[in-house]
Amino acid sequence: MGESIEKVSIIVSKGSLEGVYPALIMANGARAEGIEVDLFFTFFGLDAVSKRYHEHIKLATVGNPGLHVATMLGGLPGMPAVMTHYLERKMERLDIPPIPEFIEMIADTGAHLYGCQAACDLFGLTKDDLVPQVEEIITVGDFFQRAAGGQIIFT
Amino acid sequence: MPTATYDGTAVEVNDEGFFTDPDRWTEAMAAQIAKEQGIDTLTDRHWKVIAFMRAEYAAKGTGPTVRALGKTSGVTVKELYQLFPKGPAKTAAKIAGIPKPHGCI
Repeated sequence: MGESIEKVSIIVSKGSLEGVYPALIMANGARAEGIEVDLFFTFFGLDAVSKRYHEHIKLATVGNPGLHVATMLGGLPGMPAVMTHYLERKMERLDIPPIPEFIEMIADTGAHLYGCQAACDLFGLTKDDLVPQVEEIITVGDFFQRAAGGQIIFT
Repeated sequence: MPTATYDGTAVEVNDEGFFTDPDRWTEAMAAQIAKEQGIDTLTDRHWKVIAFMRAEYAAKGTGPTVRALGKTSGVTVKELYQLFPKGPAKTAAKIAGIPKPHGCI
């Protein structure tokens, strides 16, 4: 076997369903391979670990060409909820956990979860607003220090 | 195909060190494979997972992922990673002499 990855630091910057899941799947998959993982939630990515929003992450039905739904239809009231529900049912069949459960599981694998200081300041969030799996709110400088020697993935 | 020798018996393994024929595996080989994976002592809890991996493989033809293990083996995800820090499903499959489990979750 060739060179192996020892550590990844994954930045989660988006608060849509399709923005959050790839990061979580990669984080979980990396831990399953024995790779050390840090997750850094910033901007709307904080919604995935916010007590208020983590159960309400929605699929983007506007400005999402991959969905193959006309923008005007995607913008109709209730569309995000309907499409999100549809996708969540498909994911349940594949045993992909809902976001709150996935975050808990990833923390249980020994991955480290952090909130971004600048984004928390911007949105007026404190550690109490975030799920307990988030260990700390850290600065971007702290993030880079922790990421040293590993790969950084921005999502 | 590379071979490895466990408990005095040469067995075929793939490039990553997983058994190509799970029937060649014996319990006596487990401790030595575990040592190679950095696990010095196999406890009852390790064995619970190893036995579960073997049973799942026998029943389904593929080993369970970490999520499936956490839900059905009776060992939590947290403990699984304490037992097998370098990846529970992957490491336990190697020690149990079955192919690497597939699946992204």
